[in-house]
Amino acid sequence: MTTAKREISVIVNGLRHSVLVEPRMLLSDMLRQELGLTGTHVGCEHGVCGACTILLNGRSARSCLTLAVQADNAEIETVEGQGTIEDLGRAQRAFRDHHGLQCGFCTPGFIMTITDILRNHAPSSDDEIREALSGNICRCTGYEHIVDAVRELVREKEARP
Amino acid sequence: MKPAAFDYVRAESVAHAVDTLAGAGGDGKIIAGGQSLMPMMNFRLVKPSVLVDINAIAGLDRVERDDSRLRIGALVRHFMTARDPIIARHAPVVSEAMKHVAHLTVRNRGTFCGSVCHADPAAEMPMMTVLLDGRIHAVSSRGTRTIPVLDFFAGSLVTTLEPDELVAAIDLATIPEGMGYGFHEFARRHGDYALAAAAALMRREDGRVKDIRIAVMGVGEMPSRIAAAEDQLEGTELTDKAVGRAVAALRAAISPGSDLNASADYRRHLAGALAGRAIRDAWSRAKEAVPA
Repeated sequence: MTTAKREISVIVNGLRHSVLVEPRMLLSDMLRQELGLTGTHVGCEHGVCGACTILLNGRSARSCLTLAVQADNAEIETVEGQGTIEDLGRAQRAFRDHHGLQCGFCTPGFIMTITDILRNHAPSSDDEIREALSGNICRCTGYEHIVDAVRELVREKEARP
Repeated sequence: MKPAAFDYVRAESVAHAVDTLAGAGGDGKIIAGGQSLMPMMNFRLVKPSVLVDINAIAGLDRVERDDSRLRIGALVRHFMTARDPIIARHAPVVSEAMKHVAHLTVRNRGTFCGSVCHADPAAEMPMMTVLLDGRIHAVSSRGTRTIPVLDFFAGSLVTTLEPDELVAAIDLATIPEGMGYGFHEFARRHGDYALAAAAALMRREDGRVKDIRIAVMGVGEMPSRIAAAEDQLEGTELTDKAVGRAVAALRAAISPGSDLNASADYRRHLAGALAGRAIRDAWSRAKEAVPA
C-alpha cells in the first residue's frame, strides 16, 4: 500500500503527457500545476460551481471531483483545446458575439459544458438550454447573454446538414 | 492538496475490489462516480487509507429486468438511468424523479447505487429505493448478502453497509401495468438537492384507491413512506376531502429540520403540497382495473 507518486499517461487536447502524481492529486490541480494549463479554473472545489468542467473521454466532468490517477489512459479536453485568441472556437466566438462573459472566471467551465451539450444533447427550448447549463454558476452576466450564445450555437448546429 | 493522502487501487473485478477493501482494515472506500464522495474527501470529512476505484470493472453498468424486479448495476450512471428504456417502461416514476437529479455534468459521472450508498436525506434515488421496496446487493470477501431497504438506511448519510462491503447492484420492484405514479419536488435551483419531494403510486379498483404508496424526502433523517397518509386513502374515492385528510396526516407524521434554505414549517407545508400533487398525478395516470 502506498501513497507515493505514480506515473500516469493522459492525452490532453490531443497531446500525450506522462505525469508523476500522488493518488490524491485532483485532475484540476494536475492540469494547472503539472501541465501549466491554467485555463481550467478552480472555484468551489467541491462540485458546485462548474468552473473546473473539462471533457473526460468525450463527456463533461468536474475536474475537481476527479483524481488525476483516474484519468490514466483517458482523453481529456480543456478550454485550451477549443481555440486560440487569434482563432476562437465556435462556443468562444458565440460568447464574444453575445457578451456572454464579463470577468471570465466561469467561462472555461461554461465553454466545456456547452461543448458537451452540442455534442451529446439536443436542447431545443430556452428552458432546456437553461437546465443544461444549470450546473455552471456565473456571478456577473445574469445568464441571459450566455443563453443567447447557446441558443445561437444550437440553431447553427440544427441548420447544418 | 485538498484530500488527505491515500493509496489508490483500480479494481479489475468485484473480487479484486472486495479483497482490497478487506485488506484496508475497515478504512477503505469504494469510488464509482465520486460526485458525493469526492466533495467529502476534498473537505477531509472522509479520509480513507485506500480508495478502490470500480470504474474499470466490466459488467456493472447494466439495467436488467427479471419478472417483477429491475436490477441496477453499480456503474449505472444517472444519465443512463434517465434514458434507460427498461426503467422508463417498468419504473416510470424513477425516470420522472431523474429529471430532478443534479446537473448534466454530475449526471455524466454519478451513479444510482452510489447515491443510495451516500444516503443523503434529500436525494431522489434513495427515496425511489424506499418507494419501490429496493434490495441492496452487498458483496464482501466474506460472501454476499441482500439487504432490504428498510434495514439499509440508518440515518442522514448513514447506512448499515459494512466497511468491507461493496454494493454491486440494487434491485427495485417494477410498477405493474395500470398502476399510476406521481413525483413532485421543489429545489432552490433546478438539479440542486430538494427542500422536499413526494412520490405516490396507486391503482384504481371500482373507482377507489388501491395499493397506495406515498413516500417523502428532505423532511427527515432519511426518505420514508408515510403509512398514516396512505391509510387515509386506501380503499376510498379520491375526493378533494380525502386528499386533504391524507395531506394533513402526512404533515402531522413528519418532523423536518430547519436550515438556512428553509424552516421546518415551510418544509412541512411543502411536503404536503407536493404530496397532494403526486397523489393526484398518480390517480389520473392509474387505469381502472378491468375485471378478468
